[in-house]
Amino acid sequence: MKHTLSVLVENKAGVLARVSSLLARRGFNIHSLAVGPTADERISGMTIVVDAPELEQVKKQLHKLVNVVKITELDPQSAVEREIALVRVSTEGSKRSDVLEMATLFDATAVDVGVSTILFLVAGSPDKVNDFVELVRPYGITDLIKSGRVALARDQKNRKLRAT
Amino acid sequence: MSTISGAQAVIKALEREGVEIVFGVPGGAILPAYDPLFDSSIRHVLARHEQGAGHMAEGYAWATGRVGVCIVTSGPAATNLVTPLANALIDSIPIVAITGQVATTSVGNDAFQEAYTTGITMNATKHNYFVTDPNDIPDVIHEAFHIAATGRPGPVLVDLPKDILNAHLEWHEPAKLDLPGYKPTVDGHPRRIQEAIDLIGTSQRPVVYAGGGIIKAGAADNLRKLAEQINAPVVTTLMGLGGFPGDHELFLGMPGMHGTFAATTAIQKADLLIGLGVRFDDRVTGNPDFFAPHASVIHVDVDPAEIGKVRQPEIPIVGDVGRVIEQMLATWGDRPAPDRTEWLEKVTRWRTDHPVHFDQQPDGPLKPQFVIEELYKRTGGDAIVVSGVGQHQMWTALHWKFSKPREWINSGGLGTMGFGVPAAIGAKAGQPDRTIFLIDGDGSFQMTHQELATASEEGFPIKIALLNNGVHGMVRQWQTLFYGKRYSGSVLGRDSVNYPMLAEAMGCVGIRVETPEEVGPAIEKALSINDRPVLIEFVVDPEEMVFPMVPAGGSNDQIILGLEDLT
Repeated sequence: MKHTLSVLVENKAGVLARVSSLLARRGFNIHSLAVGPTADERISGMTIVVDAPELEQVKKQLHKLVNVVKITELDPQSAVEREIALVRVSTEGSKRSDVLEMATLFDATAVDVGVSTILFLVAGSPDKVNDFVELVRPYGITDLIKSGRVALARDQKNRKLRAT
Repeated sequence: MSTISGAQAVIKALEREGVEIVFGVPGGAILPAYDPLFDSSIRHVLARHEQGAGHMAEGYAWATGRVGVCIVTSGPAATNLVTPLANALIDSIPIVAITGQVATTSVGNDAFQEAYTTGITMNATKHNYFVTDPNDIPDVIHEAFHIAATGRPGPVLVDLPKDILNAHLEWHEPAKLDLPGYKPTVDGHPRRIQEAIDLIGTSQRPVVYAGGGIIKAGAADNLRKLAEQINAPVVTTLMGLGGFPGDHELFLGMPGMHGTFAATTAIQKADLLIGLGVRFDDRVTGNPDFFAPHASVIHVDVDPAEIGKVRQPEIPIVGDVGRVIEQMLATWGDRPAPDRTEWLEKVTRWRTDHPVHFDQQPDGPLKPQFVIEELYKRTGGDAIVVSGVGQHQMWTALHWKFSKPREWINSGGLGTMGFGVPAAIGAKAGQPDRTIFLIDGDGSFQMTHQELATASEEGFPIKIALLNNGVHGMVRQWQTLFYGKRYSGSVLGRDSVNYPMLAEAMGCVGIRVETPEEVGPAIEKALSINDRPVLIEFVVDPEEMVFPMVPAGGSNDQIILGLEDLT
């Protein structure tokens, strides 16, 4: 089962190794991992998607790391999750217009156009990105890379307002 | 403003933390730090092996409650330190390890004596530091001591490249600690404490299950008060021995794989288990599915990761166990002790009906348990007892009546054979006026016995009772019971080493004892020698096994009390 962890850590050398090593000790595979700055320059944010039966003990172990400040396990229902994919699609023959039409539907941007391929940037929810990738796959994907998910919990107050 | 070298800053920072003694072995990368150490008030004890230096720091920390310090060079010295670090991590022993490293310009280039020390020790330390700026030294050393000693104590390593030791900085007092991810909880949640007290008040068959946390938190006196006020029997784990008086009427001994019948059985029959500074280790629980099947659980620990790890408690309390017991005492107030006559009569009967026992025939082979009981009698129990790992450790735990904290030093969680000799030296360094008796086995002893030279050369007159059965006894015991007496790889040979001669060769007094009547006089002789270490080799019966025993992974309802249960 996939779990999404949002982890705030001190912005210091070696912290990523400490975090990933704890997951490795339990034999848990990291599905995706994105690290970057936060609003506070001393703190980095990690979004880790990990394949594991349960994460309760790992979360507690992660919390024991001196450089880990905060851990939240995100429920997809109450979180915003986004990722970016770069997809290079073959446009040989008469496929070009079909592929471009698909890209328009998904707000995918052509960021590099070659003689027989187009490189698209598609961003959005993991489902949207996956759908785009699957729909262009029949045309021939020659390269694909994903950013890994970034995620934050939704503002719970807003949710209540919306519900009323 | 004048500057000092990184090396001078390290020594100054150690002095500032109140360090009086360090255990170490010098070498290339750490050499700059050994120069100012030469002029320092800090005493350096030259170990023969870095593993020894690490265990000495652990023995010192156990015996004193202070942070133990070891200092070694890079590469093989740092890798030799991995075992003591892992030992200190699992047994929550506060030590700071200083390691040299090749210059930052060579790091990662497979330089001479280079090892990736912080990477290798990442999972064997509570935290570690790789210092790349000499200006960080005052703060890093201060943080290292703080992290080692607070919360759940443990080992912290500081890796110092040689060019950083040689670079200069302006000394500054450490800044206020800035550790946003490290804030150990001290006080227990008042509502949970109230719930715990209510549950204790209504329970019929409570058992206090106390561990090493009691010793670390300095909570032994309050534990006794709590047990008396709530009128509940007490078991202590291997690490908790001495946290409760061994001769107290409420004391049932140690539970688990080699625990007493009374302690193990009381937990199985209890309706409430009050876990204080314990981690439900597999050596205590056996198969956790069958552990304390009728009990609600209150679990107090400073480490939140221990709560619910093995057994989900009804009442979890995160906090310093010493502080939480104070809160529990205050919440209990002046309630009278509950009447638990029936339960206490039952557990007392288990204790008196099933004492740990052995059979020493006057003309039969020498029994190790007899030696330990003679040691207890002749020292009056007034000694700090250290052990290695194996049968001798379990016999000591079962037959010595530990009554005060920090008088029992051993390797529990990691089960580090070879812990004994260096840990005893560290204990003597920390408590020079106390008698330090190491009870060791021949297998364990031979893993680190070169440190006898350290003991005599540096003036640490420890006493060693070496129980020589010529085999890896615990391994052999399992082979006897579970592997059809096929003694694969477990025979060392009782005559393979002339131990008294070995001791004499290293500046100690060596004595050999082969019969029961020689035991007493040999111990008296050892107690009378205080200017040198003394080793008494007791040639003991290799057939002797540790009982009671619950086979690994078994249910604690099925205790093997002795050979008579196996036929």
